[in-house]
Amino acid sequence: MTSQEKYVAAAYLVVFLFVLAYVVIMAAKLSRLGRDVAELTALARERKARTSDQAPKQVKVG
Amino acid sequence: MSTWSRNNPLTALAVLTTALLGASVVLIFFYAPVDQDGLNQKIFYFHVPIALTSYACFGWGALKAFLHLWKRLPSADLESYVAIHQGVIFGAMTLVTGSIWAKVRWNAWWVWGDEQLVLFLVLFLFYCAYFMLRFSVDPGPQRANLSAVYALFGVVLIPVSFLAIRLANSYIHPTVFTSSGPQMATSQFATFCVAWAAMLSLAYFLYRFELAGKRLDANLRELRELIT
Repeated sequence: MTSQEKYVAAAYLVVFLFVLAYVVIMAAKLSRLGRDVAELTALARERKARTSDQAPKQVKVG
Repeated sequence: MSTWSRNNPLTALAVLTTALLGASVVLIFFYAPVDQDGLNQKIFYFHVPIALTSYACFGWGALKAFLHLWKRLPSADLESYVAIHQGVIFGAMTLVTGSIWAKVRWNAWWVWGDEQLVLFLVLFLFYCAYFMLRFSVDPGPQRANLSAVYALFGVVLIPVSFLAIRLANSYIHPTVFTSSGPQMATSQFATFCVAWAAMLSLAYFLYRFELAGKRLDANLRELRELIT
């Protein structure tokens, strides 16, 4: 490999690495958002279960 | 536009970007001829489109900042911030690929005597300082307004940076696009156009991707406040 070829390869590699790093960072952020969604869903389910427990029970009359 | 691409705009953009990047690499290495600059000239096909894309991102960020100040569009501040973030990423890539090209052509990583290089660095550092300003102010209308004014000031540097090479007396930096058109063969110009389309598509995809993530984050934060 000549020195010119090495520099050309380095230039293309730099662009690839920049984009790769950006995508990895964004993927990490998206996975954090996914965890947040799961946490909030669990919280909402818990709250719904609590409110249905507290609701007055229907009693048959007559 | 098909229903699928309308329902999955980010996936469609990712596919388009990948196809354009693949096509540009094939054209650069198997179609465009090697000129007197040697193999080093192949860097031009990525370096110049990346630089032009960073100008486009800064310009888009400034436009969104203007819309924020003028029409008070609720999403304009976030869109301006994300566009400038993209511009800085593409600006960093421009500086690194340009330095690699300069090392082969001029045997130096950086030439302080070249106006184009120095002005691009000034533009890049100006927009890097945008983030320092933005994150030194608490979120709210004041931060949005300050960021928008700063982004608008920076846009003045874009034509200065672009025209510097044409107005300067020293012609160290090669000028490919002159008033008489592009100074290259048709095959080279076609390759350049595909590479530029690929870079614009990449920047737009990353812009939409980051914007979607930031909006989702804001919505989740609001939902958390409502639930807890």
